[in-house]
Amino acid sequence: MTDSAILDAFFEECEDLLVALSDGLEDMRDGKADSETVNAVFRSVHSIKGAAGAFSLEDLVGFAHIFETVLDEVRANRLATDDGLLRVLQRAGDILADLVDAARDDLPADRDQVDPVLKELESFLSADDLAEEEFVFEALTLDFDAPQDTTRYLVSFCPNKEFYATGNDPALIITALQELGQCEIAVDATSLPDELTSFDWDEGYLTWEISIDGQQSDLPIREIFQFVDDLCALQITEVHSSGDAFEEIIPASETEVVPPTAVIEPVQDVLATEAPPAKADRPVKKSASTLRVDPERVDRLINAVGELIINQSVISQRIDEAALPNSADLHGDLDDYKLLAREIQEGVMAIRAQPVKPLFQRMLRIAREAADATGKDVNLVTEGEATEVDKIVVERLADPLTHMIRNAIDHGIELPEVRVKSGKSAAGTLRLTASQRSGSIVIEIIDDGAGLNRDRIREIAVSKGLIPADAQLSEQEIDHLLFAPGFSTAKEVTNLSGRGVGMDVVKTAITALGGRITISSFAGQGTTFSITLPLTLAVMDGMIIHIGGQTMVVPISSILESIRPVPADLSQIGLHSHLLRIRGEFVPIVDLAQRLGIEPRATELTDRVLLLIQTESVAQCALAVDDILDQRQVVVKSMQGSYGEISGVSGATILGDGKIALIIDPDAITAAPPPETIGQRQTIKDVAHAAP
Amino acid sequence: MTAHILAIDDSRTIRTLLTVALEKAGFAVTTAEDGVEGVAKFQDAKVDLVITDVNMPNKDGFGVINDIRNGAVNRAVPVLVLTTESGTALKDRARKAGATGWIVKPFDDEALVSVIKRLTGA
Repeated sequence: MTDSAILDAFFEECEDLLVALSDGLEDMRDGKADSETVNAVFRSVHSIKGAAGAFSLEDLVGFAHIFETVLDEVRANRLATDDGLLRVLQRAGDILADLVDAARDDLPADRDQVDPVLKELESFLSADDLAEEEFVFEALTLDFDAPQDTTRYLVSFCPNKEFYATGNDPALIITALQELGQCEIAVDATSLPDELTSFDWDEGYLTWEISIDGQQSDLPIREIFQFVDDLCALQITEVHSSGDAFEEIIPASETEVVPPTAVIEPVQDVLATEAPPAKADRPVKKSASTLRVDPERVDRLINAVGELIINQSVISQRIDEAALPNSADLHGDLDDYKLLAREIQEGVMAIRAQPVKPLFQRMLRIAREAADATGKDVNLVTEGEATEVDKIVVERLADPLTHMIRNAIDHGIELPEVRVKSGKSAAGTLRLTASQRSGSIVIEIIDDGAGLNRDRIREIAVSKGLIPADAQLSEQEIDHLLFAPGFSTAKEVTNLSGRGVGMDVVKTAITALGGRITISSFAGQGTTFSITLPLTLAVMDGMIIHIGGQTMVVPISSILESIRPVPADLSQIGLHSHLLRIRGEFVPIVDLAQRLGIEPRATELTDRVLLLIQTESVAQCALAVDDILDQRQVVVKSMQGSYGEISGVSGATILGDGKIALIIDPDAITAAPPPETIGQRQTIKDVAHAAP
Repeated sequence: MTAHILAIDDSRTIRTLLTVALEKAGFAVTTAEDGVEGVAKFQDAKVDLVITDVNMPNKDGFGVINDIRNGAVNRAVPVLVLTTESGTALKDRARKAGATGWIVKPFDDEALVSVIKRLTGA
């Protein structure tokens, strides 16, 4: 493993640790200041510091150290976790994340940001805490380039009980000494008790006398006794004249050279029989083993699976054309093949699926900063953090969500005093939720603020020339003006949410992911933004339809049912508009051919097929098509690179016969006004649905 | 014979660094990500030396040493404590718990390897 790979692993680990830190701090803010929570927070910071030290990331280590010291005080109950402290800890968490980012990008720390928080942290510490803060690496360096003058050393070494109890082995120490130079070793066993009954198995009765030749200093010798100098009687003396001192201390008769290991074995054996086996406190937690894969490999796999699915539809088509008898096994085999292809596709997509949790965690910080900047009191509540979304979606949602959270706090949630006046709690609640609903991922941002000020929105839209002053707009249409390009400019928004992007950019980002965004708002109760995203990006279930001699695809996820209407189901309103009566309710009929400006095969609705469609913007409507052909998985290919965004068309796919079919965006198609009403409403259409 | 080292640390990075440094020096390395897993792995395998972090979830480094020293197998194994603190208080605590020695993070690969070689006789 290369150093940079380890460094990458470190930053990945930091991500996890920062999430754990943020989780823990949230818990503490919610009043869970139990020792396990505080410990987990401490550990996160501690681990970052420990690992960062290995890479000499000084800024990170320095900050983490002070942060950790404060947390240690909290852990020891010497600091009370009041609001003030928690606020500083959360800021510190944010700064730590920044420092990790800076280290990753190899940028210097932003001292203007770091230092104030560092000061605040230090204000919680006593002078003593700060004094012992030096964080030094005790390098064990040996100086081998010293003068060539060599001396002889005499080492007298008598390990005590504790020496043996802490995993030390005199044999190894003696071996290490032997590596320094020529040794003469003698053991003094005179302290051994005479009676075996008074023998303490754990006691150290033996003293070794070792003389080592050819040493330049006693440092390497002391080095060997580094961990044990307090666990033995140790004397290291310099002897100039070789031999004499050694002989004097231990008379030759009592000197016996023993292989050092002989002493150790009995100690171990006795220890083994003495104590009952200790049991592990808890069953071992199975660590979730993960596999790290280059995303490019997964992308290649996804592309290959896409091709596989296209290939599968080609084969289907060929088999149909061959008009084999129904009894042919081939049909069953083909079904198996389809099933397997789908399983592979789902499996591959699952590789890229990631929980939205890290994304939501980032929003906690955004919300905190936005609340601080606007003087509002906001609780961001996240739900459905475990919902899994394609990695790309998670990445690309970050900016739109950031913008929307800021907007919701800046424009949606009222100032505490205003809220109290209108009978609400002083603190606003912003809910960020993710859930999976019938093949889609729905992300909602729900505030309990004042709701959209529709008069104001209308006013702005008129002043910007987005709509004529006398335009007749439904509430929903007014709400959707927010997404119109050019609606928000830096002048209208405060310095917080206005970063040169408007909600139109948000909408564009969501649309680029094949998703939709809708608003619902109630005066005084708040606003909800719903983002609906496809579960998978590359492949979707489509209904293959015919319209005006062309083959197109309608996403199955938006089709409720298909109907072949009888005259009694239909009623006409106006010259060209029809309603479908279904189960006692009327839904408008939208002619797909008319919307696309092509000629339908049949003019009578009774000769055609209606697809009952559920959309976000118009509750339900019936989409008139010429015929339905098949239902199958299609591989979505974006057309944006070549054609830009085309209203009503979300992409294209390649069918089994090799032809290209457009994929209809039911939401845009049904919401677009019918051509004959174009005029006054033209601008609304442009505003709400045209491409930027 | 290759000496077998058990490295216990809740930080993936530190585990990786230890593994890389020790394997390069010719040791066989087993890792564990907390004290409980560490003690379990210690009992399952023939370990010549244990390196353990102090601050870990589920069971800390002192708990690990305690379990090893009071366990049924290989009780006299050398145990090195990996710590970011260089203070004497911690060393005293480590010593009391039965640690053989300590390594201060960030560790120097060569120093680490030389200490381990000495303690394992490798």
